[in-house]
Amino acid sequence: MTYESMLAETVAFTGHKGDIGEAYYARPLGAGPWPGVVLIHHMPGWDEWIKEATRKLAYHGFATISPHLYFREGPGSPDDVGARVRAAGGVADAQVMGDVQGSMAFLRAQPYANGKAGVIGFCSGGRHAYLAACSLPDVDAVVDCWGGNVIVDDRKQINEKRPVAPIDLTEKMNCPLLGLFGNDDENPNRDQVDRTEAILKKLGKRYEFHRYDGAGHAFFNAARVAYRPEQALDGWNKVFDFFHKHLAVQAVARAA
Amino acid sequence: MCSYIVEKAKLVGSAKGANGWMRIDTANVYYDHPFHAQLDHALGIDFVNESEGGRERVAVELSADSARQLVEKILAALASGEAEHGKARRQMEPV
Repeated sequence: MTYESMLAETVAFTGHKGDIGEAYYARPLGAGPWPGVVLIHHMPGWDEWIKEATRKLAYHGFATISPHLYFREGPGSPDDVGARVRAAGGVADAQVMGDVQGSMAFLRAQPYANGKAGVIGFCSGGRHAYLAACSLPDVDAVVDCWGGNVIVDDRKQINEKRPVAPIDLTEKMNCPLLGLFGNDDENPNRDQVDRTEAILKKLGKRYEFHRYDGAGHAFFNAARVAYRPEQALDGWNKVFDFFHKHLAVQAVARAA
Repeated sequence: MCSYIVEKAKLVGSAKGANGWMRIDTANVYYDHPFHAQLDHALGIDFVNESEGGRERVAVELSADSARQLVEKILAALASGEAEHGKARRQMEPV
């Protein structure tokens, strides 16, 4: 018999500017060493599906932390807190990057960590993940799941909280990128995904993009009508393969 | 879609939520993925009192078609209601 176990719990982490926030953290039990993943929640908030996805990554061998990016708004149900954040124009990119960096530090500080840290984000979190790939040091691999506004065609969307279109930072990307997209999505739409890929290719970045027919935005989310089980199953497997490939400690390094 | 585009309407009125009646001064209106309605996109309206911090809300999520029908019904109810109440007021006025 193979013994399986995992621990999932709320933890405190140190985020942007030293703010102490809450995060959902799930990890396999045992000595490890386990690679780490920061999971960036979607715009609706730090909800049940996000926690389910965090446990899913832990089940596949990744110590995974999902910081509550809206914790500064105080307590409340995820939808109410998310509504307050929306009414305030969202969270600032710099603050999110600080929280992601703090979450990576949390992962690497654990005694069972293998030292590697990946980032995955969904929806607005996909855009944040792309930003992390271009602006944070020491990110080992990034997965962008249908992040909208990586390319900003409507310049009115550029503002104090989101001062830069992530695509304009692509030259600084210094880790491999996996992108998953539904061909029926409107943000990002097919044309925007094609243009993003063209820039990644032109700049010689390490990336793989997968596009799914019959799927739109958020097709992993089993709680939504957008859920597409066949495409989601394939997409999750691509995520696991990608992270296992890029977050494993090489045999040579381990021996050293 | 997951945008941050919100139309804000200033209001005078009240709404009844989880904690009973409250005064409201703002409606935050947006079209995006809903939290509860089983729709790909929905018109969301959050009625809040921003002057008191906007922490409590009364929320609805509507399909695009039903939101448009609601707009028409609001205008129709206002037109007929104001006409009736105007008539009542006129009848009450001294000759």
